[in-house]
Amino acid sequence: MESTARPTSISAIGDAVEHALIGIGSIVQFTGSMFLWLLSQRPCHKTVIPTFFQVGVRSVPVVAITGMFIGMVLAVQAYDAFKLMKVESQLGSVINRSMVTELGPVLAATMMAGRIGGAMAAEIGTMKVTEQIDALRCLGTNPIHYLVVPRFMACVVLIPLLTVIADFMGIMAGALVSTTVLRIDSFYYWQHSSSMVGPWEIFTGLCKSLVFGAEIAVISCYRGFQSGAGAEGVGRSATQAFVQSFIAILATDFLLAIFFNNLYLWIWPGEELIDI
Amino acid sequence: MIFDPNSIDDIIAANASTTPIDGDAPPLLHIDDVSVTFGRPVLRNIRVHIPKGQTIAVIGESGCGKTVLLKTIVNLIEPTGGRVLFDGRNLAKLSERELTRQRLRFGFVFQGAALFDSLSVYDNVAFALRGHFRMDETQIRQVVRDRLLEVGLSTDIIRLKPAELSGGMRKRVGLARAVAGNPEVMLYDEPTTGLDPIMSDVVNELIIGTRRLHKVTSVVVTHDMKSAVKVADRIVMLYPIHRLSPGESQILFDGPPAEILSSPDPRVTQFVRGEARDRLMELSQGDRSLNEY
Repeated sequence: MESTARPTSISAIGDAVEHALIGIGSIVQFTGSMFLWLLSQRPCHKTVIPTFFQVGVRSVPVVAITGMFIGMVLAVQAYDAFKLMKVESQLGSVINRSMVTELGPVLAATMMAGRIGGAMAAEIGTMKVTEQIDALRCLGTNPIHYLVVPRFMACVVLIPLLTVIADFMGIMAGALVSTTVLRIDSFYYWQHSSSMVGPWEIFTGLCKSLVFGAEIAVISCYRGFQSGAGAEGVGRSATQAFVQSFIAILATDFLLAIFFNNLYLWIWPGEELIDI
Repeated sequence: MIFDPNSIDDIIAANASTTPIDGDAPPLLHIDDVSVTFGRPVLRNIRVHIPKGQTIAVIGESGCGKTVLLKTIVNLIEPTGGRVLFDGRNLAKLSERELTRQRLRFGFVFQGAALFDSLSVYDNVAFALRGHFRMDETQIRQVVRDRLLEVGLSTDIIRLKPAELSGGMRKRVGLARAVAGNPEVMLYDEPTTGLDPIMSDVVNELIIGTRRLHKVTSVVVTHDMKSAVKVADRIVMLYPIHRLSPGESQILFDGPPAEILSSPDPRVTQFVRGEARDRLMELSQGDRSLNEY
């Protein structure tokens, strides 16, 4: 009697694993190709300047506003708990440290994943659907070199700088709310802040944002190149670019936090990260 | 006898080249038993040799693999079987750098023109010249101007973006961009699709003019019979694999336009004359499927 193969849960798991491995292999190959082009041939300034303008200059307002509101919300939310413990003057240390090491890099990168990542995926996806990527190849231009390298450079260079803006705005807005609305003494506010935020915190925050920038560029461009046909395919790739970038940002943030804690203890054994 | 402009018989009689195909000219392009599969087979053992200077029209109904064949020629799609030799080189086996160099010997006019949205008309036409030809900006400007004039466009449009152009203008800018680097082979993907009859004829004349002016070998993918008959020395008709019987050749016709109506295969004359025949039966089956859905 002839047996018919029915899909089982095991075969479904196998298919999912195979699909995931192919996806990982594909994105690794894409990233490798991008790095080869990045190191072997400088991109044309005619593609770099508009991309830097789009990623950097156009993103300043949204990143600044995001940073500002995070700082203000942190001040308002944390104030009651600190007041209960009668340590209101320590509020600045928490706001500023959170801004510099976590919230600034993560939320600036999240904003950029939404603003830039989705746009990159949609733009490249549209180019794919309308055969512009094939046209690039026919005109002797590698699409990864022409489209991905400038975007990667822009994200890696400018997202850390945008994070500095977000951090600055958050710190200043938090200080403004704390000292004017919540009536915390400005001298103690800044004194406690300075003890909690040093070069190490600034360094780790910027390193994180650099990694987030690289992730946003690679994931978004990759999703654009993988875009399906039609408006639906392009829309889906833009959504996937944001969602996958966001998940990658959070997962990498966790891993980098562990890495930097261990690195700190390895460089300065016996010293505590938080020194009050 | 009165000439009927809508009758394909009369159009063939009036336009088709009766010159026999020059079988002695050495082929510039060898398409040897090329197969392409995207989950399901799209092309099966396609064998076409194209001599230098010939214009070949690839016709066939939608979904038969015409565009896939065209993209396989420049290795935008890698064949899953067989090989494409261009000037004796297998493009699929070349390094990235060498493939790029060989691709510059082709000019590709895409169905929707595929102009770069973010660039002006000038930058689109000058695109390949900047990266790969040792030209200063004055020379590039001259080439862009010449190519735009060749396709009947004024240089007033050079600052416009593709979105500001009409469909016919976009196609012509796409043609100007494709010929800018003086290619040896021109590939046209549905050059007249979506254009009004007058603009279609303008594009046909431009294809003929480009061949005459630049002495190019051309492959024109189309399902517009008027266009195929007018521009081609030779017509190759493909048929969708799912409609073929096992082992049957996917090429139903390969010969000069004047002979296409005398093909013994009824599927060829059905396509050329644009007759629905058995497809009406399929429509009613499709209607049943819709009701069952």
